[in-house]
Amino acid sequence: MKEDSSSKEFTMEVTNISNVTRTFTIGKVETRALRGVNLKIESGEFTALVGPSGSGKTTLLQIIGCLDQPTTGSVIINGQDVTKLNRNQRADLRKGTLGFVFQFFALIPTLNAYENVEMPLLLSGQKNGTRKERVMELLNAVGLADRAHHRPDQLSGGEQQRVAVARALATNPKLILADEPTANLDTENGRQVMDIMQRLNKETGVTFVFATHDPRVIKYANRVVTLRDGLIVDNNGSSPK
Amino acid sequence: MFQLFKMAFRDLGRNKRRTILSALAVSVGMGLLLLMSAVLVGEMRGALQNTIQLFSGHLQIRGLNYDENKISLKWEDLIENPQALIDTVTAQYPQIVDAAPRLVASGIVTRGENSRGVQVIGLDPESEANQVYRQGVIAGDFLTSGDREGILIGQPLAEKLGLAVGDQINLLVNTSNGDVDEQLFTIRGIYTTNTFGYDESTVFLPLAKAQTITGAENRASLIFIMLQDRDQADSVAAALQSPNYTVVTWRDMNAMIVQVEDFANAYMTIFYLIVLGITATVVSNTLVMSVFERTREIGILAAIGMKGRRILAQFLTEAALIATIGVIGGLILGGALSYYFELYGFPMDISKMGLTGILINNRIYTHLTLDNVIYLSVLTYIVTLLASFAPARMASRMEPVEALHGK
Repeated sequence: MKEDSSSKEFTMEVTNISNVTRTFTIGKVETRALRGVNLKIESGEFTALVGPSGSGKTTLLQIIGCLDQPTTGSVIINGQDVTKLNRNQRADLRKGTLGFVFQFFALIPTLNAYENVEMPLLLSGQKNGTRKERVMELLNAVGLADRAHHRPDQLSGGEQQRVAVARALATNPKLILADEPTANLDTENGRQVMDIMQRLNKETGVTFVFATHDPRVIKYANRVVTLRDGLIVDNNGSSPK
Repeated sequence: MFQLFKMAFRDLGRNKRRTILSALAVSVGMGLLLLMSAVLVGEMRGALQNTIQLFSGHLQIRGLNYDENKISLKWEDLIENPQALIDTVTAQYPQIVDAAPRLVASGIVTRGENSRGVQVIGLDPESEANQVYRQGVIAGDFLTSGDREGILIGQPLAEKLGLAVGDQINLLVNTSNGDVDEQLFTIRGIYTTNTFGYDESTVFLPLAKAQTITGAENRASLIFIMLQDRDQADSVAAALQSPNYTVVTWRDMNAMIVQVEDFANAYMTIFYLIVLGITATVVSNTLVMSVFERTREIGILAAIGMKGRRILAQFLTEAALIATIGVIGGLILGGALSYYFELYGFPMDISKMGLTGILINNRIYTHLTLDNVIYLSVLTYIVTLLASFAPARMASRMEPVEALHGK
């Protein structure tokens, strides 16, 4: 993998979250998913967000990923306060700065593996030649170059998730957020996906933050952040190697 | 742009049956509208053609004070020695194909206890201008110039009064001096112009006999003129102007048909919008279902940075593809139906419609115009796109986090 030159221009602090709360109101019931979270993530980290179900891992990832807005608090991504951005500006930030890997194999079913990886590049306005080179580079990196023209329903779950990892990396983002990336995979496929993510983190320096409660996944992390009941209870744990 | 169409095409291919049904709804709706427009145009063209051929001609020369509504027979309202005038104008204007005098009177036909009000037309049986009646004789013979007792009646009138060729009827006619005269006539022939309203209420006598019975002597109500082309009417009419008579064109005489056509067109626009509204609902419904089915995908696309307007464009492109397929299908369907009925026509039972004033043919031959094809294609396209705007907008405004959870 070639290292993106722009990654060297990162601010060291990719994410800085201060006093973030997130309250969901359903009917008359208020649920406080996050109760005042503070978190800094440095460039190049391979961080696991851990905690039991309902602890706020996914909500925190969604807020870092500009998919959701905090009720209160500030969220700085790559030096930019995202709470002040409008809908389109947040979409631009997601397109250029962030990459996502979801628990379900979030590929577009009508597009083949190549086209799924190509989509963020298309949205970024990259030229055809550049796109082609980048997509094949990424599919090679996740070991799926020979499956480029297969549609998602012709790929296994592990292969689909590897395509999703390749897509997340397409635009050379500063930060990749993965929400339980191995939850729907068997042990072997889960291991393959984590190996690839870890290798890409080391080779390209791209920052990974992933939510999980699987001990086999947590052991890959070089930093473990533990949440419970919407609060961070351990901000700098180490993984059980 | 190519990517947009590629994705739209594949998305439509996911549920082929639904896509085909939606496009079919557009096709059927538009096909029917094309047929309706072709019927209207055909009907109006037919009515105009009938009226010109049977009744108004391209031009009429009338006495200065002649009022066609009163069917005046006063000498001062009539044209004296019409044949001399015909000879003059036909020699002067080569555009005139046929010119023939006609004397119009009102009368009552009586057979036993049944009677009917009719318009009595005295015509020159030898004139080419009256060929349409000669060719329309379905029983018996056409009139001859010297016949003093013969009459030609229309098929519906014969059926209503139970008359056949050779039967006798009593004809009561207004005369030039304001009296009425009556005489027994023998039915020489029964004609049809396939125009119920006209055939039911018009009987013919040889001009000389009509002039005698009405006391008009050598006068006629009008000179009926057919030109090479109806577009020559205005120029020939202008050239024919004289202080001794008036010249009216087919346009002046058929203002009612033009008005009815305008009126019908206005109504048709409302009808078009209702039919297209129904088809647009089907397309809109298809897209709404598609948006709900693809909520999570919309969330994924939003997560990787696709903006709302690109998502809007994606769904509008799908609607545009459905509209395109639908319009092509509609053109084929509407074109084929219109072509078939242009060749073979379809029967129209005018007798039950109580229509008066417009000579509508008993068989309507459709006529599809390029204007209507373009107008309806564009209208269908626009209505379909407008109907798909709401679901497309709904998709474009979804919050990524909610869409990802399929909400």
